[in-house]
Amino acid sequence: MIFQGKVWKFGDNIDTDAIIPARYLTTSEPQELAAHCMEDADPKFVTRMKAGDIIAGGENFGCGSSREHAPIAIKAAGISCVVAKSFARIFYRNAFNMGLPIFESRELFEAIQEGEEIIVDSTSGTITLASKNKTFRINPIPPFMEQLIADGGLMKHIAGK
Amino acid sequence: MGNTITEKILMAHTKLKEISAGQLINAKVDIALGNDITAPIAIKEFIKAQGKKVFDKSKIALVLDHFTPNKDISSAQQCKFIREFALEHKITHFYEGGQVGVEHALLPEKGIVLPGDLVIGADSHTCTYGALGAFATGVGSTDLAAVMLTGELWFKVPQSIKFVINGKLPKWVSGKDLILNIIGRIGVDGALYQAMEFTGKTISKLSMADRLSMANMAIEAGAKNGIFPPDEITTQYVESRAKRPYKFYSSDADAVYSDIIEIDASKLEPQVAFPHLPSNVKGVSKAGKVKIDQSLIGSCTNGRIEDLRIAAKIFKKRKASSNVRLIVVPATPFIYKQAMQEGLLEIFLNAGAVISPPSCGACLGGHLGILAEGERAIATTNRNFVGRMGHPKSEVYLASPAIAAASAILGRIASPEEL
Ligand code: SF4
Repeated sequence: MIFQGKVWKFGDNIDTDAIIPARYLTTSEPQELAAHCMEDADPKFVTRMKAGDIIAGGENFGCGSSREHAPIAIKAAGISCVVAKSFARIFYRNAFNMGLPIFESRELFEAIQEGEEIIVDSTSGTITLASKNKTFRINPIPPFMEQLIADGGLMKHIAGK
Repeated sequence: MGNTITEKILMAHTKLKEISAGQLINAKVDIALGNDITAPIAIKEFIKAQGKKVFDKSKIALVLDHFTPNKDISSAQQCKFIREFALEHKITHFYEGGQVGVEHALLPEKGIVLPGDLVIGADSHTCTYGALGAFATGVGSTDLAAVMLTGELWFKVPQSIKFVINGKLPKWVSGKDLILNIIGRIGVDGALYQAMEFTGKTISKLSMADRLSMANMAIEAGAKNGIFPPDEITTQYVESRAKRPYKFYSSDADAVYSDIIEIDASKLEPQVAFPHLPSNVKGVSKAGKVKIDQSLIGSCTNGRIEDLRIAAKIFKKRKASSNVRLIVVPATPFIYKQAMQEGLLEIFLNAGAVISPPSCGACLGGHLGILAEGERAIATTNRNFVGRMGHPKSEVYLASPAIAAASAILGRIASPEEL
């Protein structure tokens, strides 16, 4: 798969309270959650981002609560994928289980400025930052995770068995 | 090569004869937990997958504790959706209304989770049950749906970090201070994807309440699970509560660890985690003059009877500062009743406290104690992220019940020694 979009940059330890604050968790409707995506990290994010854009995170992206509302909000907001230095464990699981593409790259975060465009090619395992003529490798996704994505998430995976 | 307790429990839930860190396994689940925030998504996924029957109605726990007593129409709708599902599938461990307690205090108290179990919960603090010598980890709602359907889930066997804690705990230093100190040392991702195994002479004397507080916050260091080797103290706690067999596991002497960290507990003082990370930890003597507007004593970390007893001891014949809103939350109905019988509620009322029903409430900025812009709270909870207890420009300081009580009295972050 290929994801091309403008990058929104966030720092280390972006927690699920920042991605979708608990005050909005009285619903699990994707569109309602999307309206508050990243609100406590950047209140203007939702109004300024465009469908297909990409989030670049630092270390431990998605730490904190187990709320699947976090990847749901990001996906429903139209973000095509998240690239971070590292992901918190439950967020990582949730993203694969519900079908939000996420990738690990340490170098991208250091090299990129907010607003620059990148192309993430999950098949070749590369991220291209055309404006700076740079290419980075994505940490390979474990084969089981690839299977989960290919099957369309965890529920479809177990249904297929 | 030996195995850790975490590896052994995981292996016992598969058909495998050998297991090692990094391996991907499918394992049987003993108890699967959901709450009023996470269960609706799981139930929707269950229905979408044409689920007709849950794998075992006695192995699912649905606890409506976060926004209850329902704070608004949409939270009431969520609870109604879960209630209908729970009744349709005759879920044994369904709790709401006057039966509900904060899930991670309620499940151990009722003997629903036991030593040697493999527990998953669609709540990150499910790791609390490691205190009993169980493997317990937080997952997402889709994972919960998969377990409700099949009774199994995929896991990556984690590496383990061993913490060896020795030395007598100084006065006012509790399990909460130990875990805050550890998170301060290793950072919020210091145990990412790993198990935290707590051992040593201090641990072998530590009460179950303190162990539960510590295991509760393993996730705050990014860990998959926290775990305590079960012992006499475990037996005392579970014996009268268990209604089914349970099993004690222990790590082999030659088990492999990714790291071993030794800590001298006798050198510690009460700890405070400053905004906005649980790793932003200082000793209380170095806190400086931090004025507070609210003190919250409760939550799955520190809302047990032992916590309320410590706070009551400090509040006896003392009042909270008139500038501080003091909120006390007994974590379960049973704890509430115990506190009443022991006269603790009267002490809290005399101190000027609001006594909340058992609920997650203010801990996650849900209801029953939200902070306004610029306000500061000291809380015995486990997270102090931006906006955790209310306005994005409010602040949360994490500490033990003793520190939260003393701070409420003095109107600033303080130790009981200063009273
Ligand atoms: S008390 Fe707080 S941390 Fe514990 S389960 Fe409730 S919201 Fe989560």
